Amino acid sequence: MSTGMETGAYLEIDDLSIVLKRAKTHRLLRSVGLRVKPGEVRGLVGESGAGKSMIGKTIFDILPRAVDIVEGSVRLGGDDLLKLPETQRRKLIARTSALIPQDPLTALNPVRRIEPQITDRLTKNLGVSKAEARERARTLLDEVHIREPERVLKSYPHQLSGGMRQRVLIAAAFAAEPKLIVADEPTTALDVTVQKQILKLIAEMQARHGTALLFVTHDLGVVAKICQNVSVLFGGKVVEDTDVTSLFANPEHPYTKALIGATPRYDRPEDSLVPVPAAVIEATRHEIEAADDAWLGTHAGGRR
Amino acid sequence: MAEAVARYRRPLSWRLILSGGWLAIVVICAVFAPFIAPHDPLAQDLLLERLPPFWVSGAEPGFYLGTDGLGRDVLSRIIYGSRVALAVAFIAATAACVFGSFMGLVAGYFRGWVDQIVSRIVDIWMSFPPVLFAILLVAVLGTGLHSVILAIAVIDWIRFCRVVRAETLLQTRLDYIDSARAAGFSRVGILAREVFPNVLPTIVALLSLEMGIAVIVEAILSFVNLSISTDDPTWGGMIAEGRTIIHFAWWVLVFPLIALFLTVLAFSQFGEGLKDRFDPVLR
Repeated sequence: MSTGMETGAYLEIDDLSIVLKRAKTHRLLRSVGLRVKPGEVRGLVGESGAGKSMIGKTIFDILPRAVDIVEGSVRLGGDDLLKLPETQRRKLIARTSALIPQDPLTALNPVRRIEPQITDRLTKNLGVSKAEARERARTLLDEVHIREPERVLKSYPHQLSGGMRQRVLIAAAFAAEPKLIVADEPTTALDVTVQKQILKLIAEMQARHGTALLFVTHDLGVVAKICQNVSVLFGGKVVEDTDVTSLFANPEHPYTKALIGATPRYDRPEDSLVPVPAAVIEATRHEIEAADDAWLGTHAGGRR
Repeated sequence: MAEAVARYRRPLSWRLILSGGWLAIVVICAVFAPFIAPHDPLAQDLLLERLPPFWVSGAEPGFYLGTDGLGRDVLSRIIYGSRVALAVAFIAATAACVFGSFMGLVAGYFRGWVDQIVSRIVDIWMSFPPVLFAILLVAVLGTGLHSVILAIAVIDWIRFCRVVRAETLLQTRLDYIDSARAAGFSRVGILAREVFPNVLPTIVALLSLEMGIAVIVEAILSFVNLSISTDDPTWGGMIAEGRTIIHFAWWVLVFPLIALFLTVLAFSQFGEGLKDRFDPVLR
């Protein structure tokens, strides 16, 4: 039946290819495979434009209009999202998954108070009573260490700091007890001092709720801190899929090696910054192009 | 301390007080015209023709702003004229606002072919000179207040449509819309609950501005004698009449012009003031 039973993974992405609508042979995601088990924290790393966020957007069905999914499957607990009709797909996503967005400054509606923004999905989609949802929101705000939950619930987003807003968004993500949370570079838009706290908080919340967490980032330091497994993405292709210990101990792919070599070390400030060598990028590109040629051979003209 | 900040409300701005005050006066004049106007606005008296305003020698007591070429009291006519001006301002602007904002929201939110169609219609509308368009429409529909209102709504909905569409596009790109989608809300629900409240301050400001514009368009149509019947006092009609006798009786032209000017200015300022007040970030 579903492969979910066999691998025990909650999120299973297989062979996912996404193309530009206007250039159907140009793949943005190249046969991506990805698995996240219940309770697992998986890092998804890659440079800008590697397609990290696109994977997250596929899971939530919020891809931009300019792209098309040409093949592959995205399973949540065994159900293939891409095969479900829209309303059922939305329902499944809303019930099982939540997103911690990148930019806490724009991820909250500026003209609405915090409370409905946390409880909406409970009251409107899951039939929870208002009082109950309110109680839940208070508990969650406690869990994310917000000191005056009552006041924050009544506030507008602009009355809170960036870190506070990210805490609210984390609380909102956990509100419906999702099975899977995708955190899309949740610390990028924040102050360095706040980044650390938010990171700790996400790890803490994940451990408490036992949620499967897909952590999208470009920061290998972050990966080392909170992830168990990691997928390295380059040019829309997963070039390495391994656990964190082996990632740093013996990375297999030359690009991964170069990436680890390029990570700045705050503990060794005398080292100069090392870029990823052009030759490695060139070689990886060739590898991808070769894979593309093979893919195009079997998918002449694209399926849709 | 933070509590105090959250509860702080800015005092009413001067902009809002002054513009609101003038609009209140105009509304009171329009509603209670028969009780406020010192004379019958239609009563002619050729013995009292072209009387100057009260501070000029030769003025007749009781005719504060003088009389026109037919001896009708200018002040009373301005007061009665505010009825037409306000009726047009409120009804025409609201109609244009409701229709235009709806089209703008739908086009900006759903994009695709809906947006293509709406945007092309707007392009076509914009390439007509609006005043000529209005004159043409009223000529076809026949003169009268309802034609004027209909013409203004038909022409000016694109003002709302364009701005609301642009604002909706902007809001739709922000993360909170994606978050709402991810949380499983329907498109229509998101449009109503998330997007609309963010676009509302803009709509309010535009609506107020449009009321001023409607007053001007009505005056233009009265000026070219295409609004309501010539006997009934309108500011535009008074300006047209005053123009012919400007060398003997400037007040017939100047006072309705001042009323028009202040009202239009007040509408635009009132809208801006309201927009600032509605904005939760500025509030």
